[in-house]
Amino acid sequence: MPERTVTIASAHGLHARPASLFVQAVAGSGLPVELTKGDKTLNAASILGVISLGIEHGDEVTLSAEGDNADSVLDELATFLLTDHDA
Amino acid sequence: MGPILRMPDPLPEPSDAASTSSPDEEKVRAAGALAAAAADIRLRGQRAGGAAQDVLDAQAFMAEDPTLRADVDTRIESGKTAERAVYEAFAAFRDLLTSMGGYMGERATDLDDVSQRVVAHLRGVSAPGVPSPDYPFVLVARDLAPADTALLDLDKVLALVTSDGGPTSHTAILAREKSIVAVVGATGALALEDGDIVIVDATSGEVTVSPSDEQRSAVETTLAARATEGERPVGPGTLADGTAVPLLANLGSVDGSRDALDKGAEGVGLFRTEFLFLDSEKAPTVAEQQEKYTQLLTDFAGKKVVVRALDAGADKPLSFLNDEPEENPALGLRGLRALRANEPILRDQLTALAAADAATNADLWVMAPMVSTVEETRYFTALAHELGLATAGVMVEVPAAALLADRILPDTDFASIGTNDLTQYTLAADRLLGSVASFQDPWHPAVLRLVGEVGRAGALLGKPVGICGEAAADPALAVVLVGLGATSLSMSPAALADVRAELALYTLEQAKSFAELALSANSAVEARAAVAAAATTLTTLTPPTTPTESE
Repeated sequence: MPERTVTIASAHGLHARPASLFVQAVAGSGLPVELTKGDKTLNAASILGVISLGIEHGDEVTLSAEGDNADSVLDELATFLLTDHDA
Repeated sequence: MGPILRMPDPLPEPSDAASTSSPDEEKVRAAGALAAAAADIRLRGQRAGGAAQDVLDAQAFMAEDPTLRADVDTRIESGKTAERAVYEAFAAFRDLLTSMGGYMGERATDLDDVSQRVVAHLRGVSAPGVPSPDYPFVLVARDLAPADTALLDLDKVLALVTSDGGPTSHTAILAREKSIVAVVGATGALALEDGDIVIVDATSGEVTVSPSDEQRSAVETTLAARATEGERPVGPGTLADGTAVPLLANLGSVDGSRDALDKGAEGVGLFRTEFLFLDSEKAPTVAEQQEKYTQLLTDFAGKKVVVRALDAGADKPLSFLNDEPEENPALGLRGLRALRANEPILRDQLTALAAADAATNADLWVMAPMVSTVEETRYFTALAHELGLATAGVMVEVPAAALLADRILPDTDFASIGTNDLTQYTLAADRLLGSVASFQDPWHPAVLRLVGEVGRAGALLGKPVGICGEAAADPALAVVLVGLGATSLSMSPAALADVRAELALYTLEQAKSFAELALSANSAVEARAAVAAAATTLTTLTPPTTPTESE
């Protein structure tokens, strides 16, 4: 399954506004995407799940997805996480 | 003054009785209510715009959350009603977030709000939230979510009374920003009933229930007087005896210049430079900074402009200054400490300021944030002078700096007291933490005594002592601060008119006597009440009459 491992760029991590923008991007992709931090993996379209991972600036997370365009969807989402949305 | 409407009370917890409908029927009801609540929240977000919209959009995603939906469905399968399943699923997530503490813990309130809205949809009752009748009213609530405060219809909401929250709580700050008459932390507020007529006096923090006819007409006279006051041309801040107290504006970007000048700001008392830096991963170049500073100084040509060097840390971390996680950020590498650890950034900023100053004719002052020692004072003042800035000072936010003001001021050009941080450090209460908000009150005599130390040192050494911080925006407290030795006051532009009007009522001697009263009180509440009582006596004094003859 294609995956990307990235380091979170947003200064306040993946909370609040960046989290909802991220979830929106995942939902918009139409693919089931999974987000892994440490030993926890969950549905990346779940804002509560994403928030409850407590992802901070500098944390490493892995995105994975399967289906048509999985690679381009993952590239887009990875770019999103590599951008500082609190700036 | 007006009739009361209360925020609807939270809905009672749905009972855990077994559902009488089939699980599939319950699932359809739950899905419908979740979608309806999400749409409703999103619509409110669009109406609000700005920061409130971001908060509300996140709430809408919570209602649409697939993990939550799956959890609700599982609970329904086990025989629960849709109401109970929604309630339990949200509660489970809320407990998870609360247990994570800090920022996550505060999102728990958002979840409760969404949960209530979904359950309200299921029951077909009106969602909790700010009522919107077609007549003006006084809103009474336990506390308001920031989103609720942001959405208040200012033509309808005459005043706001909450039973919880302190003077620097979000509700209080937002209310001040929007110039809403507000009394926060009014114990007993929840005993008020819909339709009661009340007078809300934000200056004294008093709420009068069922006022007499005389009280009502007195308020009407005051309101009429205030309406004409607003039309009066704005002038410089002066006391009744002619003592000048320059009134300056707190600004966070150059966009606010026009508004501040329109409201009569005599200059800028605190220009926060963080906005220049938050947009980038590294510090902007000298040329980029110089352009912004030149714009600011051009807007305030001929006036005083106090620029604060970059103040990162605690509530506003900047990764290129300090990337180390800290257990206690408020006590960590922040303010001038962080700048010293990254001296090239400080040098660039001061160089850009000096160049902008040379090209314009405003009276530029620069100051260092969060200075604690004499040694830091010397360091910053010498560096600023070396780089060509004529007037350099320090912010007094740490009790140590206030206590040694007589040693700090000889080595610098001025002091500016940041009352929010000074209060937080004096009372050891995190200003961002709601559970200790009641400690965050700048009227506390301990805080005022520290302000007095700085004022006395300033007067002795002939150095200006400014106040920048929410305290200066409270008209009655502004008079006390002048009595303690403040020579200028800086505040959000919206507060200028009220403070200007209040200062004009008293002489410097009277301000000093108020300061004495506040200093001798045992608590913030006592200090406020003592000054309010003394002020009422003074302003209602009738001219002396011939004593009545007695036998």
